Amino acid sequence: MKGTCTVCDASVTLPKDTEESEIISCSDCKSRLVVQKISNGKATLEKAPVVEEDWGQ
Amino acid sequence: MITIGLLHSTIRGDEKLILEAAKKRKVNIKLIDIRTEIFNPLTYKIDFDVALVRSVSTVKGTYAANFFETFGVPVINSSSVTHICEDKFYTSLYLSQKKVPTLKFALVFNLEQAVQAVSELGGFPVVIKPPLGSWGRLLAKVNDMDALEAIIEHKDVLGSPQQKAIYIQEYIKKPGRDIRSFVVGGKAICAIYRDSPHWITNTARGGKASNCPVTKEISRLSKAASEAVGGGILAMDIFETDKGLQINEINHTMEFKNSETPTGVNISGAIVDYCVKVAKKS
Repeated sequence: MKGTCTVCDASVTLPKDTEESEIISCSDCKSRLVVQKISNGKATLEKAPVVEEDWGQ
Repeated sequence: MITIGLLHSTIRGDEKLILEAAKKRKVNIKLIDIRTEIFNPLTYKIDFDVALVRSVSTVKGTYAANFFETFGVPVINSSSVTHICEDKFYTSLYLSQKKVPTLKFALVFNLEQAVQAVSELGGFPVVIKPPLGSWGRLLAKVNDMDALEAIIEHKDVLGSPQQKAIYIQEYIKKPGRDIRSFVVGGKAICAIYRDSPHWITNTARGGKASNCPVTKEISRLSKAASEAVGGGILAMDIFETDKGLQINEINHTMEFKNSETPTGVNISGAIVDYCVKVAKKS
């Protein structure tokens, strides 16, 4: 599965078991990206959301 | 066949491990991105047997847990456990009430009371933490009165109302590490040491994980702490002190992806098994 990095436009290859909402890193620019949508074997990527105050475990 | 409703926001490595463990066990998982749900009790259709809250956002996870509980669906962890564990002051109160060994603490709203509280806790240094917070963020080791005044003034001027609740904890000089035990249904299934030369040992802040054998003391303390807050799937942060092991904090949406390898324990599998057990009981 492939997607395009919204930061550097690189083509990003994703593992088969990638899920929507998963956070990944661009192999080129190392930006944190989120998998917004998966459709017909193509992933739509966006810049990952920034950490918010109530995030954690 | 049991279906687990996995309530999530962003999907981390931890959630991927849970998905994999469920697949191996032939347990259905319904992924529910709570950021895009409409929690309307008149229109919502429940099509899972048990809800597992894995939201990285505490606020969103808590709302979702409360919502599904009103439908009679078992939620792990329950809203009452979440309510206690999401707030360090409430956690300390419940541990203290149940006489589970924990660090000395106090909560104040003003500098004058903070000075008195520091004295009651045995003097400087102390640690100030936001009652709600995680990953070691905004922790302050306060070594003297100057620092205490500065921190409280900053919180007063810059903080949200939540940040103006000042949770103060005695400072424990750790042996360069703390312990995290992973507790499922009251049983400590494994534990790690988190080594760091920094006084903050969270793995999110660079602490290195290695296996920690689950001793009788860790097992007993973990069980007691789990019972004190209502049980479920919890991670205990434990300090080695000169008075023995003491609970520092309890995490109700535990991260574990870096702990399966050093411990050799399938934590994700234990989580799935527990969910199935709870679903079958309900």
